[in-house]
Amino acid sequence: MSPKTLYDKIWDAHMVHQAEDGTCLLYIDRHLVHEVTSPQAFEGLRMTNRTVRAPDKTIAVPDHNVPTTLDRAKGIENPESKIQVEALDKNAKDFGIHYYPVSDVRQGIVHIVGPEQGWTLPGMTVVCGDSHTATHGAFGALAHGIGTSEVEHVLATQTLIQRKGKNMKVEITGKLAPGVTAKDITLSVIGETGTAGGTGYVIEYCGEAIRDLSMEGRMTVCNMAIEGGARAGLIAPDEKTFEYCMGRPHAPKGAQWEAALAWWKTLFSDDDAHWDKVVTLKGEDIAPVVTWGTSPEDVLPITANVPSASDFSGGKVDAAQRSLDYMGLTSGTPLSEVKIDTVFIGSCTNGRIEDLRAAAAILKGKKVKDGLRAMIVPGSGLVRAQAEEEGLADIFIEAGFEWRLAGCSMCLAMNPDQLSPGERCAATSNRNFEGRQGRGGRTHLMSPAMAAAAAITGHLTDVRDLM
Amino acid sequence: MEKFEKLSGIAAPMPMINIDTDMIIPKQFLKTIKRSGLGVNLFDEMRYDADGKEIPDFVLNKPAYRNAEILVAGDNFGCGSSREHAPWAIKDFGIRCVIAPSFADIFYNNCFKNGILPVPLPQDQVDILMEEAQKGANARIEVDLVSQTITTSDGTTIAFEVDAFKKHCLLEGLDDIGLTMEKASAIDAFEGNLSVSRPWV
Ligand code: SF4
Repeated sequence: MSPKTLYDKIWDAHMVHQAEDGTCLLYIDRHLVHEVTSPQAFEGLRMTNRTVRAPDKTIAVPDHNVPTTLDRAKGIENPESKIQVEALDKNAKDFGIHYYPVSDVRQGIVHIVGPEQGWTLPGMTVVCGDSHTATHGAFGALAHGIGTSEVEHVLATQTLIQRKGKNMKVEITGKLAPGVTAKDITLSVIGETGTAGGTGYVIEYCGEAIRDLSMEGRMTVCNMAIEGGARAGLIAPDEKTFEYCMGRPHAPKGAQWEAALAWWKTLFSDDDAHWDKVVTLKGEDIAPVVTWGTSPEDVLPITANVPSASDFSGGKVDAAQRSLDYMGLTSGTPLSEVKIDTVFIGSCTNGRIEDLRAAAAILKGKKVKDGLRAMIVPGSGLVRAQAEEEGLADIFIEAGFEWRLAGCSMCLAMNPDQLSPGERCAATSNRNFEGRQGRGGRTHLMSPAMAAAAAITGHLTDVRDLM
Repeated sequence: MEKFEKLSGIAAPMPMINIDTDMIIPKQFLKTIKRSGLGVNLFDEMRYDADGKEIPDFVLNKPAYRNAEILVAGDNFGCGSSREHAPWAIKDFGIRCVIAPSFADIFYNNCFKNGILPVPLPQDQVDILMEEAQKGANARIEVDLVSQTITTSDGTTIAFEVDAFKKHCLLEGLDDIGLTMEKASAIDAFEGNLSVSRPWV
């Protein structure tokens, strides 16, 4: 048998049909659904008298629109958001799919809920009408975002029409330095490859620095594969993966667990597998980074200065100038002198318990800089409960952070959590696009530890100075 | 789905790289539960000021381009989120073809599901079309999916590639779901095996 990559193996195991021209019909093991990209798909089913083929493999949770303030039980104020969440309530009920409503403690960001509940398992195909579905690749699952037409296609047929992507290996060798985290890895990789560098590829992340990461950290890395242009990023499962999955509500038990485990242990890229592209970074060379512009590829170590447009070439010259203007930055200013107004810790990139622990470690006994708005939005109700149990919530509240309920919140500001024009935010989310966190809002992406450090000083800060 | 065979129209130039889905249709318009009506909000934050007034400099607000049916743009068009609202808005505005050096994967796929033809071309060819588009309403560009060619007003012809299956669906206006349902027995068989090989799924 010819050697295969992990991606090849999962692909082959899910092939329902292959047409002569190479178009494949791929079986989908898990379909995650949220309120924003699904209403038109359910409507399509109704209009054509179709049903959900595999409701037991379909999981829905509202996350993008939900308020995260403590009084949210009183309902959603914005009428459109309300309609969208109510539509999901109704669709989940009508079509009999698994559902975690806003009132359920297990509710949270779909990409946090899936793994937490054991829906996401190694070797699976996982899709969702959301580009950050790549997150689930951390389990060695082939997971990617789809559009609403494809959501409807998966609901109706439990399959997806696909062409195979190319294989790309991203290896992070060696150890990370203190203060450097999974977020710094994933941002640095995008800084290296650019936001289109992964287009057409499925990335497998490997190397010692990746193996050393916890499952939470691996999810952070895979989450941003899409920001590098790759539809999916994955990491071969290992003992840490199995340990994370074991005992989760929807993970297999008993003999099925043993059978699953036996298969999962075959899920790795063969030594002599073919890679269409290879990128290698040394773990030791990665610094705590921040973004300065309006594309996730605009990444620099916190010790650097704001660049100037003339540092770039081609179409990037204009893009960089536009970014600098939008971000209100002057070339040559040390990044660590850039003052911020707001700190947002949360999102499917960094809203897990480990992220909150990392932030709490920096914030313990410290205060948020006067005049700063700071909020922490846990990724799920269960993350929130655990953080309270571990005493992290007390640290945040004492420091002056708002301690919110679970949801996407200011990651894309579809709910009331938004930046005002010109407001500058240190954010742990994944996109710094113009207007992403609110019209005119300025976003700097970074790790939770870096965001916590910025909250204390009021400007972008090298977290290593506070350690 | 609406068919796409041939189109002759005005092309709007947007020489920017990394035009992301948040620019194409900002999130406040994702709250709809319908597919239609998003055209007025296409490129909303670039097209209107904070008071909702048109920004005259923005290309689609210029008289020459208000009826553009083709968009010529920079590298990595449609990067960002999976929101199909992006192609819905483009289509609703009246644009049926986007030409760029490269496209983000999910956006590229979403176009085909909505009767929009995305055409990736080498940078130097996009440059030619960008220059052509800058001539305004006098320069109509012709896009022919059957022959896979683009022809400028002065007769320059550029060939493009497109996946055969996607081309077929677009030409015929086919519904993917219907096509896949014809393979129901293959899906049944796969699920039958699955209950033995990976029963935990
Ligand atoms: S947290 Fe942000 S990136 Fe993640 S699913 Fe929600 S909106 Fe999308």
